[in-house]
Formats: sequence, structure tokens, C-alpha cells
Amino acid sequence: MNDTRRKRRRPAEPYTRITRPMVRGADGQLHETSWPEALDAAARGFAAVRSHYGPDAFGMFSCARSTNEMNYVAQKFTRVVMGTNNVDSCNRTCHAPSVAGLSAVFGSGGGTSSYGEVEDTDLIVMWGSNARFAHPIFFQHVLKGIRNGARMFAVDPRRTSTAEWADRWLGPNVGTDIPLAHAVAREIIHAGLVNTAFVERATTGYEEFAREVEPWTLSAAEQVTGVPAEAIRELAHAYATAERAQMCWTLGITEHHNATDNVRALINLALLTGHVGRYGSGLQPLRGQNNVQGGGDMGAIPDRLPGFQDILDPGVRARFEARWDTVIQPRQGLNLTRMLDAIERGTLKAVYCIGENPAQSEADCAHTVARLQMLDHLVVQDIFLTRTAELADVVLPAAAAWCESEGTVTNSERRVQRVRRAVPPPGEARDDIAILCDLAARLGHEWRYAGAEEVWDELRSVSPDHHGMTYGRLAEHHGLQWPCPSTEEVGLPYLHGRLWSEEPEQRGRLAPFGIVKHDPPVDVVDESYPLRLTTGRRLDSYNTGVQSGGFASPLRRGENIELSPEDAAAYGVQAGEVVRVSSRRGTVSAPVWIDPGLRPGLAFMTMHFPDEVDTNVLTIEATDPIAGTAEYKATAVRVDPIAAGAR
Amino acid sequence: MTAIPLQLPRRLVEFTLDGQEVRAPEGATVLDACRAAGTEVPTLCHGDTLTPKNACRVCVVEVEGARTLAPACSRKVEPGMRVRTGSERVRHSRKLVLELLASSTDLSTTPHVAGWIREYGADPDRFGPEAATRAGREAKVDNDLYVRDYAKCIMCYKCVDACGDQWQNTFAIAVAGRGFDNTISVEHDAPLTDSACVYCGNCIEVCPTGALSFKTEFDMRAAGTWDEAAQTETTTICAYCGVGCNLTLHVQGEEIVKVTSPHDNPVTHGNLCVKGRFGFQHVQNRE
Repeated sequence: MNDTRRKRRRPAEPYTRITRPMVRGADGQLHETSWPEALDAAARGFAAVRSHYGPDAFGMFSCARSTNEMNYVAQKFTRVVMGTNNVDSCNRTCHAPSVAGLSAVFGSGGGTSSYGEVEDTDLIVMWGSNARFAHPIFFQHVLKGIRNGARMFAVDPRRTSTAEWADRWLGPNVGTDIPLAHAVAREIIHAGLVNTAFVERATTGYEEFAREVEPWTLSAAEQVTGVPAEAIRELAHAYATAERAQMCWTLGITEHHNATDNVRALINLALLTGHVGRYGSGLQPLRGQNNVQGGGDMGAIPDRLPGFQDILDPGVRARFEARWDTVIQPRQGLNLTRMLDAIERGTLKAVYCIGENPAQSEADCAHTVARLQMLDHLVVQDIFLTRTAELADVVLPAAAAWCESEGTVTNSERRVQRVRRAVPPPGEARDDIAILCDLAARLGHEWRYAGAEEVWDELRSVSPDHHGMTYGRLAEHHGLQWPCPSTEEVGLPYLHGRLWSEEPEQRGRLAPFGIVKHDPPVDVVDESYPLRLTTGRRLDSYNTGVQSGGFASPLRRGENIELSPEDAAAYGVQAGEVVRVSSRRGTVSAPVWIDPGLRPGLAFMTMHFPDEVDTNVLTIEATDPIAGTAEYKATAVRVDPIAAGAR
Repeated sequence: MTAIPLQLPRRLVEFTLDGQEVRAPEGATVLDACRAAGTEVPTLCHGDTLTPKNACRVCVVEVEGARTLAPACSRKVEPGMRVRTGSERVRHSRKLVLELLASSTDLSTTPHVAGWIREYGADPDRFGPEAATRAGREAKVDNDLYVRDYAKCIMCYKCVDACGDQWQNTFAIAVAGRGFDNTISVEHDAPLTDSACVYCGNCIEVCPTGALSFKTEFDMRAAGTWDEAAQTETTTICAYCGVGCNLTLHVQGEEIVKVTSPHDNPVTHGNLCVKGRFGFQHVQNRE
């Protein structure tokens, strides 16, 4: 079923919008058709799978770039119409470990601070984050902080454009974040710089944690991480003695097979020093999609109901069951990673994929394509005919949420902001929510929403954290941050101030230290694969390039394999020379780019140009057992000149 | 535990504005006070997100007892000061400033300026065609995203400040040359594509004259199809990363033609990156 109607672009040509629904015909090709026929075909396939295999044979891939309202309706469709909790989104490929780590410690999966606080803080740690490129406007707040006198430490294997602004750059070996964090913790403990008042009042598990980090002396950590002991010591003392400190991280922490442990290791440092729950002190995971925070908040994840409420709590379920007139399965559904496994095992038969492109975004993508081809029924709703859509049985053309729909999205500082329709969708493309409701109606559930605001008001009625956020107030206040339970007050700029309370009842559940251990990357560097390949974003491009390929950026230089000058010399390759890059899973060809910010043994690629160079052919699908995120950041590769390889 | 820093309550300063007793918060500028009082003061180089540069002198007002006229955009209010915004001296100075700027520079795309020229009775042509020291310069079109048309540049330095330490910290542009020959330039006067420019367009956001513009706008103006009256402005959220930047989409004929960001927004303060500013095209790529 791989041979679709070729609406596809040639490499380097931008995708064009799809404007009519498509259904795969008896000839195995996708054919344009009418909306009623396409919706009938989509619904028929879902109904057939549900009746043959039961509700858990269905999975929803919801969209981190669509609105909160769409994500709310998508998870409701999954739970009420199909009767399963198998709903997830691409948060799995990026910050699910941050959500898992933060909610395990604090009971809430959001960043604890606001952007403005980084301007007023004394120390900024950018750990595994090239925000100067990946989150440029957040970095402007960092620059304000630096101009206001804050010191900045950059922790990143690469000497990035973020590191250029740092007072100190610590370049650990890829996948050694836990030894580095543990050594910082041990140094803080041994220097007597622990915030004992906070640790005693607000945390649990300190003794065990102190024992866990005890072996990580500065010199032991230097051996494993490659960071000089003196630099580790300096970071420890700077962080512990700062009046206020912000710990910021991105995918350098979360795209590892033990990513939730990495997140816990960073949170431990904030607990040890009391750098959380105060203005200017906090933990800030920088999210990668415009609504990846909101998708989880809306319950488009397998373990939470809207408002990030625990699906295992019978009281919570009962409220939603009454509101939705349904029965919710009393167990967690499958996350994206497990859904893909379930397809391979033959237990997941139908997928409704909205605005996601797993055929190119997942690690080891050839494997993912093979799995998607095993489905009985794949419905893809998107604005482009992506590689994933090419595999579909039914393709539904959608409106672009951010400029052709009404609704809200939630950013990295928990700020819910209005999205508005500025242009009409092209051709017959339709709003995501209208499509979902038409499918629900065909499957026996007549939902009537006059518009996005009515969906939002339903969400407000079931999510206490969002209750105070009417559309009117969101417009009035430049968005509001959750939790915002009251229509009389604005939300909180920072979370977990409760931990500082004198009263144990107000303090609530104490924050546990994470007892985590170093576990090096799964893909081992050896004589056959001697280079450590890591991945990331460039300033002008984004993810699989489906969006960012649409504009003519003067900065764009296509995919490269970026090498240190030393490695380029050692392999005898020149800048611009096309070489073969091989991992234990596959081989791609890419031109060499020489980056003096890389040290010998470290190579770098992006995922922005998969139609030319499919980097995810190389990456390993070793996933975090808690959050399901793959280890995009640590692949073992070798580089061979093409001439030598052709022999 | 650290408290949230609240802004200190600001004392109100009493002074006289055009004969009326007014009050303004301590630290406010004369321009702030004028706008609060509904008194119109023309401005060009003033930027609401930038430190005043006092470059254009079109906002001057008369402060009683002062030897020279004062720029309203940077002069702070003081108790008891007497400010006149419409005196003969003020009107004469503004008229001359407008004549000097409009005779040397192409102000055809500068908002409001035609009205001020009428209001102040300015006659830019009185210096003759020789005065057009800038107006003949060729526009620099060296990339697909934005155009630098220095025939329209009044050397207000707002773009330099936005690119430099006040916001973007990229430092791609600075002032080059001296006297009549000075100009805003990248290093070695190279094309943008050979410079440090990261195409955030935060210079376009602050440019008061249209010297810096989206290539879409430049091309549509050249074709005679640019029609601001027919455009809508809708503020939404960027489609890319999770920072949540507010974008104002300028739409003409169902096409996005330009993107700005609200200057009072707490996330962006009017600043965007290359993806937010220029990365909209994917939604309108059609077969």
C-alpha cells in the first residue's frame, strides 16, 4: 500500500496544502473524493476495528500544534466514542520525561517559573538547551537577565550559540548528565551549602539521595563526563550560593533512554538548594511545539484526564463519566511508543493520526513506516500530504490551527493564549473540531459545539486549573497562566510556593529526591562506530521541515554531518564533501560541515531535511521506560568517504 | 523566601502643559504625559520598546526657562515645569526638521508624515533637488525575506538598537560613514547573506519609515497592489516552538503579507525570530 497518488513534492520543494479529502481505492492509490464519502470510509474502518477487536485496538495520535480545544475533543473522541485511553501526541518524542519527572516530584507537570523571572534572577543554568537557536525569544529574556547582572552556565556537549553567551561552558560527554548533576550535588553537600531549612521542611529522601551521590567525587565525575573538576565545583558553588537561580533545560536532557532520570537529577539540585517555589528561582523545561504543554493539559495523553487529572483516581473519573455520560476505562492507555509496539504485535489495528508525522519524526523511522503499514485502518488528518499521510487509507484535509481556527494554546510558562482565525482554510479543508464531531456523529455520538469557545467552556467546567480563563479574560490579560481557578484573579507566575509554608498542611505533599543512577547511552561507541552523533535544531528550521521548508530562508544550508576540525582531518574529509554516515541501523549520505564548536569524537545532525537526508534512519529506538522518549541524542556512527565506500 | 518585586508606588509630579495643570507619574517623559493628556506630539525615532535616541528632533517642545527646545521623548517631567507643545518656536522647529528630513529622504512610506508636513506648513522643495542626498539610493534586495531601502532611512538608529544590546544582541548592523554619507550597514557593507544577520526582522518591527520592509510588501508596492486599507490585522500564536510568541498577521486578499508582534506583549515585547516573522508561507503554499 506504499504507492500513493504522487502529490508529493520533489526533495527541496515545499509541501503544498491538501484541499480535498482522499480515500484509498481498490487500485491501492489515494483518490480525491467528497467529504461525506471520506468521513463514511473513516468511520466505517474505526467501527469495524472496534467491533472485531475491541476498543483497545484503536489509537489516537493527537496534535501538539493544534489548539487546546481540538486536543480536548480528540481525547474525548478516544475515550467516549472509541472507549479507550490510547491517546498521545508527539510530546512523547520530546518533553514527556519533563512532565513525568516534574509531576512525580511536585504533582504538576508544568515548568515552575515565568519567562520574566529569568530577567530578575542571579544565576541561569542552560542545561542541554540551545535556546539561542531553538527558543530565540525565550533567550531574549535570558539576555535581559545577563544584562541585569545574572551569571549564565551552559551545559552542553556542543559549544553552541547559547554557550557563546555563558560565563562558563561545561561540555559533558553525551549521556553523562546524571554523573555531572550528582557531582554538583555531592560538592554542594560537602561544602555545607545545602539549604537545610528547605530540605527538612519540604523534601523527603535526602539521606538516601546523599548516599547515592557520595561516590561522585569531582574527580570521578571528571573522568566520566569529561568536564574538569574545577568547572563542576564552580557550577556547584555558584548554584548553591545564588540568591535566585533558574534551571532551564531542553531536549539534551529528555531525548535519552533514561530521560526521566535525567530530569529527576536536575530537580534534585533545585531541592537541595531551595531553588524552586520562589520568585526568580525555578525549573524551566522549554517546550518544543506551540501546544505540546496544552495537549497534555487537555488530557490527550494516556494517563491523564483534562486538567492533568489522574485517570486512576475514581473520584476524578466519576466526575468526567457524569459529565460525558460514559464509562471511562479505569486504567492508563498506551503511550505513542507503546502504541507503535502494539501495532507490531497485532493488537492495535486502527490509528487516527491528527497533524503528526511519525513516519519521519520517530527514531529508526524505517521501522515506524513498516509498522504503520501493518495497520488495518489509518486515518490521517493534516494540512499536507506528509509521508505518514501517504500511508493512510483516508486523508482528511484540515485547517491550519494557528491561523485558520479559533481556540487557545498553552506555552512553556503555562500561559494559555488565544489563537485566532486570520485567513480561511484553502479549498475544502475544514476545522479539526468539525471533522472530529462529524466522525463522532457517524459513530453514534451527536456532539454540538457552536464553536471553539463552547468547547473551551466545557473544559473550564471540568478542569479547576482552567476555570478562571474565559476567552474574554484571556484577551484582556495577554493570556493567563494555570492554575487559574477563579475568574476574579490572574494565575500564578511561579508554582509550588506551598513548599515554603510554615504550616505542614499548607505545604502539602513533600517533594521527594530522585534516587537515580548513571546509565550510559544504549548505542555504544566502539571501533566500528567511533563517533557519537547527537541531534538538534537550527535557528531557521523546525522538526521534520514540513512547515519551515515552506519559506525561503537565506540561512538554510540543507542537511550536513557536522564534524570537529580534528575528526575531519583524521578521516581525510573536506567541508562540503559528501560522505556516508552509518549507524548499526542504517546509512545516509550527507555533506560535511566543519564546526569548531564540536570536540573530537562528537558529530551533529538535524532532522529538518528528512526527504534529502533521513537522519532518523540512523537514530536508535531505545526508549525511556517511564516516558517513552527515544534516545535521539546519542547514536554511534561511522563516517566513510564515498569513494572508499563505493569500492 | 524572596518576595515578588512589586513596582514601587510612583509619586505624581505636577506641572503645566500648554497652560493646563497636569499630573504625571515621577519618571515619566513629557511625551508620556502629552499622550496621557491627549496632546498630539509627532514622533519618528521614538520607539515604545527602545531607549530614546533623540535623533530626529521632530518631537521637540518648549520648556520655559530652558535655552534650547527639549525632545519630549526623553525629557522627564519635573515638578513645576511649564511645557508648551504648540508655541511658535516649537512649530517653527518642527517645520524645519520636517523640511530637512523630507528634502533629503524619501518619506513616501512614512506613516503620518504627509499630514504633519501640511499641519506645520513645511516646504521640503525649497532647498531644491540637490538636497535629496539619500532619496536616489538603490534599494538593497539581496534575499527573499526583507529589503533595505536606504533612500527612506532617516538615520534614527532604532534598527541598530533593536539588533544590538537592547533586544536581539546579534549586532549585524551599525552606522558606517560620516556626515551626509553616513548609512546603516552590515560589516564591510556586504550583502545581508554574508553578514551576521539572523533574519529575525526585529529591525523591520521598529523602522519608522518603511526603509526596512518585508519583501512581500516591497514587491506589492512596486506592483501597485499594496493596499493597507484593505488589510486586516489578527493576533494569534506562532506555529513553531513552545515559547508562545504573539504574531499579528497582516492579511490582504486572504494572503498573509506581513507579520508583526504586539509591543506590549509580555512574551515577545514586539520581537520575533526568523520562523515567527517569516515562517508563515507554508500555510499558503498551494498547488
